[in-house]
Amino acid sequence: MKLRFVRALGLFSMELGIYSFGDSGTVPTRQRLADLVAQARYADEAGLDVIALGEHHRPDFTLSAPEIVLAAISSVTDRIRLSTGVTVLSTADPVRVYQQFATLDQLSGGRAEIIAGRGAFTESFPLFGYDLRSYDLLFEEKLKLLLQIAAESPVTWQGRTRPPLENAEVTPRALQEPLPIWVGVGGTPQSAVRAGRLGAPMFVAIFTDPAPARGLVELYHRAAAGAGHDPATLRVASGGHMFVGRTSQGARDAFYPYYSEYLSLLPQFSGGMPREVYDQWIRAGLLVGSPQEVIDKIMRHRELLGISRYVGQFDVGGMPSGMIDKSLELFATEVAPVIRKETS
Amino acid sequence: MSSPRVAVLGAGKVGTVLARLAVAAGRPTAIAGSGDPSALGLIVDVLAPGAVPMTAADAAGQADIVLVAVPLARLDSVPASALRGKIVIDVMNYWPPVDGVLPLWESATPSSSEIVRDVLGVDVVKSFNHMGYHELDAWTRPSGDPDRRALAVAGDDPAAVEVVAELVDAMGFDPVLLAPLSAGRVLQPGSSDIFGANLTRAELLSTLDNLGVAPAAACP
Ligand SMILES: NC(=O)c1ccc[n+]([C@@H]2O[C@H](COP(=O)([O-])OP(=O)(O)OC[C@H]3O[C@@H](n4cnc5c(N)ncnc54)[C@H](OP(=O)(O)O)[C@@H]3O)[C@@H](O)[C@H]2O)c1
Repeated sequence: MKLRFVRALGLFSMELGIYSFGDSGTVPTRQRLADLVAQARYADEAGLDVIALGEHHRPDFTLSAPEIVLAAISSVTDRIRLSTGVTVLSTADPVRVYQQFATLDQLSGGRAEIIAGRGAFTESFPLFGYDLRSYDLLFEEKLKLLLQIAAESPVTWQGRTRPPLENAEVTPRALQEPLPIWVGVGGTPQSAVRAGRLGAPMFVAIFTDPAPARGLVELYHRAAAGAGHDPATLRVASGGHMFVGRTSQGARDAFYPYYSEYLSLLPQFSGGMPREVYDQWIRAGLLVGSPQEVIDKIMRHRELLGISRYVGQFDVGGMPSGMIDKSLELFATEVAPVIRKETS
Repeated sequence: MSSPRVAVLGAGKVGTVLARLAVAAGRPTAIAGSGDPSALGLIVDVLAPGAVPMTAADAAGQADIVLVAVPLARLDSVPASALRGKIVIDVMNYWPPVDGVLPLWESATPSSSEIVRDVLGVDVVKSFNHMGYHELDAWTRPSGDPDRRALAVAGDDPAAVEVVAELVDAMGFDPVLLAPLSAGRVLQPGSSDIFGANLTRAELLSTLDNLGVAPAAACP
């Protein structure tokens, strides 16, 4: 794969952060949300750059309305950026999404961001009355509309997935000009091309080996170049599951039962994830290990993909909050400062 | 006989990997998405150089073997008439959290590939469905390599199964034959430990044995 498209490397120093889907395990929703706000507050105090919250509409996840939880977090934090990860835009109304995040942006002093995506699961389609067969059209149109609203108001727009807008004022306006809107990519090449064509920053989900994502990054940069976007403005971020322990072996052993439980939501692991597969994933790149191992793995993403932001899903599988807090602390105090120094 | 022409319908995660592996196996390969082939140029150039972007109807029409790798919710948009007389491989899986609840595939009786066969109105062979696209990409090995992974090939027509087995082998995997098509049920998500497990031939055979499924003998 041609590395010249990763030449932007070094233009942006690294931002580090965390993300959560609020998967609940056995913890009551009220407690889980309270823990998340407290963890976000800690992340802010410890100097992490971003927290991203996902959107799922299934009983095993507590977060379907991330903007509400981000608003709660904004009131107890000062610096940390407040993002979604991802907003399932295909089944939302871009006008309403913009209003919510513009409001969050004003409340938080300009810290709001959106990662728009198609989502890994599709349960929001029947819930909100959309046809899954149109998933691509829905995403394409709504993403363009959201970017248009972020760039201008009043908005005039016409399409197939939403009633037309005629000189419509969409208010309030965000404090940031414009509100940052990333495109989330799970592996579908068309999504990387779309992000590049639109000149939007791209977030790529990566769980094991980052090497196969080089193709997506190359598609992104070439599509952006083809559409005339300035390469110096293009940003790539990545994220995936993460657990940091004091020692390599200790981290692996402690995290395994929770991860195996978490991944049983995938059909191939419905009976749990075999330990040898887990160890193989870690060898391939899954971010589980000592601070140094996690540093090396994030730096590999940077070298291969030119990322300027990494976010780790730090609280999967119903781990006790003490375990989550400890891993988060190691990430904030022993991983992030080293990477920041190496890349500044 | 010159090597059979391959068409991949679906240029998404798994379709682009299959096209790359078919090109690497030296097969003339066409690839199609749902729309205009010119929109595929960049993707093919980066992910499957050497494959030729075409419309789905043209790709299938000129090929001997057609791999169908589109989401099942979109199966009705595949040009079924172009598949007649071809060897058609069903790469697809039904898993409701991603595919949505599709009433046709909810019926418990036939296996998912039998439903695909009935919707398309042509015989199909089931293969390539039980490994993930990253794994398919990462695990190709030459014949005889002790690490080589196995792909099951299930179908009703032994001659078609044989042709698919040859392609599986050329693309870097050990084919394990199953008959009839309905035996492919054990390859579906959640129906056994085969889906997503990336097994060697010996491991796949012993898993099948534990399930009481006997592999089919190769054609003489
Ligand atoms: N992902 C895997 O690891 C994997 C592994 C084995 C099997 N599978 C199965 O393979 C199927 C595809 O999965 P995927 O992950 O590759 O999905 P994907 O990334 O969403 O890609 C689907 C592709 O199908 C195309 N398509 C839709 N209708 C079409 C038509 N009528 N003719 C030609 N192309 C058409 C889409 O084109 P447009 O973009 O133009 O709409 C898109 O390129 C699913 O059934 C899945 O279960 C997936």
